[in-house]
Amino acid sequence: MTDQQPLYQLRDLSKTYTRGKESISIFKGLDMDIQHGDFIAIMGPSGSGKTTLLNQLGGIDSPSSGQVVFEGKRIDNLSQGALAKWRSRNVGFIFQFYNLMPTLSAAQNVELPLLLTGLSGGERKKRVKTALEIVGIADRAGHKPRQLSGGQQQRVAIARAIVADPKILLADEPTGDLDRTTADEILGMLQQLNTELGKTIVMVTHDPSAAKYAKRELYLDKGEFVERGNRS
Amino acid sequence: MKQLFAVIGMNVRSIPQRAGMSIATITSVAFMVAVLLGFLAMANGFEKTINGSGSDDVAVFLRGGSQAEVNSVLAREDARLIEVAPGIATDESGDPIMSAELYVIVDGTKRSSQTEANLPLRGVQQQAVNLRQNFALTGGRMFEPGTAELVVGEGVIREFEGFDLGQTIRLGSNTWTIVGTFSTGGSVFDSEVWADLGVVQNLYQRGSSVQSLRARLTSPDAIEDVRAYVEGEDRLNLDVTSEREYFADSAGGIATLLKFVGWPLSIVMAIGAFAGAWNTMYSSVDSRTREIATLRTIGFSGFTAFMGTLIESLVLALLGGALAILVIYILFNGNSASTLGGGFTQIVFSFEVTLGSVISGLVLALSVGFLGGIIPGIRAARVPLLAVHQN
Repeated sequence: MTDQQPLYQLRDLSKTYTRGKESISIFKGLDMDIQHGDFIAIMGPSGSGKTTLLNQLGGIDSPSSGQVVFEGKRIDNLSQGALAKWRSRNVGFIFQFYNLMPTLSAAQNVELPLLLTGLSGGERKKRVKTALEIVGIADRAGHKPRQLSGGQQQRVAIARAIVADPKILLADEPTGDLDRTTADEILGMLQQLNTELGKTIVMVTHDPSAAKYAKRELYLDKGEFVERGNRS
Repeated sequence: MKQLFAVIGMNVRSIPQRAGMSIATITSVAFMVAVLLGFLAMANGFEKTINGSGSDDVAVFLRGGSQAEVNSVLAREDARLIEVAPGIATDESGDPIMSAELYVIVDGTKRSSQTEANLPLRGVQQQAVNLRQNFALTGGRMFEPGTAELVVGEGVIREFEGFDLGQTIRLGSNTWTIVGTFSTGGSVFDSEVWADLGVVQNLYQRGSSVQSLRARLTSPDAIEDVRAYVEGEDRLNLDVTSEREYFADSAGGIATLLKFVGWPLSIVMAIGAFAGAWNTMYSSVDSRTREIATLRTIGFSGFTAFMGTLIESLVLALLGGALAILVIYILFNGNSASTLGGGFTQIVFSFEVTLGSVISGLVLALSVGFLGGIIPGIRAARVPLLAVHQN
């Protein structure tokens, strides 16, 4: 692998859902490259397929046709087990509703991806601490999600997404459940992860002011991409 | 393994979030196990009492075909012929160790229900105490021959009113004085009241007849010599069995019956408990669909989701089983009860929660937990990853 090779190459990607006898095409013939260090905001109206596209990138849904190539290797034809392994090594997910485990503390939530690695308990603790420090919430390590505000929960979720040092962060409406001020803090943090730590990020949002934090803004409508802005 | 333990821990810790359903499952499993353990404790206690009552080296003689003491009548002549039979042990003075006994049913008032129940009043000869294993006077003294005095088994004192040491009691038309209490280590004889044979014969107008003879054998194998003697003696029409066989035949079936009632009843209850566990685990999977999908999205396997659900179900079942064992042990173990024995009289026995019963109860509980968790577990393993976006 070289830096010149795109992280992702989407080729002729189509997704169709079948409802009864009716086929609904979400997108058709999409082509897209995502480079290392990109921070892409994908925008579009509801039902345009933003989240569906994110699911293809994250290997949690398979395309109806076309290819998803990651670092030169197709992932769209991997088995469920192989995809699970691939996700654990390469992808960090950030969700709109944080998706933290309510019975675990912040630190335990962050540790989850590391349980899939061969790291020792001591090493895992060290990494969890570092991740929580990066997102500025190390003082809440022992708190359960219900004891944290929405913004704090999303910080924990970001720490969980980065703790295993994945190659890509996929964020689905990461500020959709937050007030403006908190949203700006979270988006600033994602921007910092991109600029300072070189994390590649693909973020789905319908909020134009959130998209401004990304280097590239792609608009997905009627199954096609339109590039709105490129600040890279 | 780390991911498996993490998921199991999450599942178990989330049980309080479904407190109502979880408690219902624990309770239904507890009831099921409690019923089983209750019956098994009863059967075990009864069986122990019966097994502890018989000796291999004591022969019991009854009239031929009578099967139980209550149906048997023996003449004085029979006793004289048995005394000289081969294989009958003798004491230091050369007298045969045997006791002719008369078995009369009297009424007693049960402490628990204040109802009348049958009690055996046994008229015995002096050697009777040497023919019972572990016989010991626990209070007072033995009755004086020729007097209306009683010695009372410990089980009778526990279960029946009016038999305390020093009291007088009216049994039928006769008044007796209780001069002693005895124990035979929890055997059937603890459920009896003893008096002098001659007095019982007189008061109950039985002439010189008795109902059974008990005799110590020189060895357990000597029973065959005695049988051969009885069969070869035309003047005798007797059935000869060892005391152990006698009790096993006359009352052992009740223990088996208790077990045969306990298991089917518990299995019927297990169906209810299984439905409860299934429902709870479905609810657990439904309420954690997004959590499960999130874990699988992160990279956890479907197998861990399956095992997490299954173990949660097993934990609930185990809690129910443990609760039942604790309650049954505290409330029943060692407690005294009585039931109708082979001679239509009450046999007093103690509930006994054995290790075997506990294991049976836990196996039943875990079986319910396993069956109740397996299908919801498969459902957990198949939670669609796209559920990760659910609110």
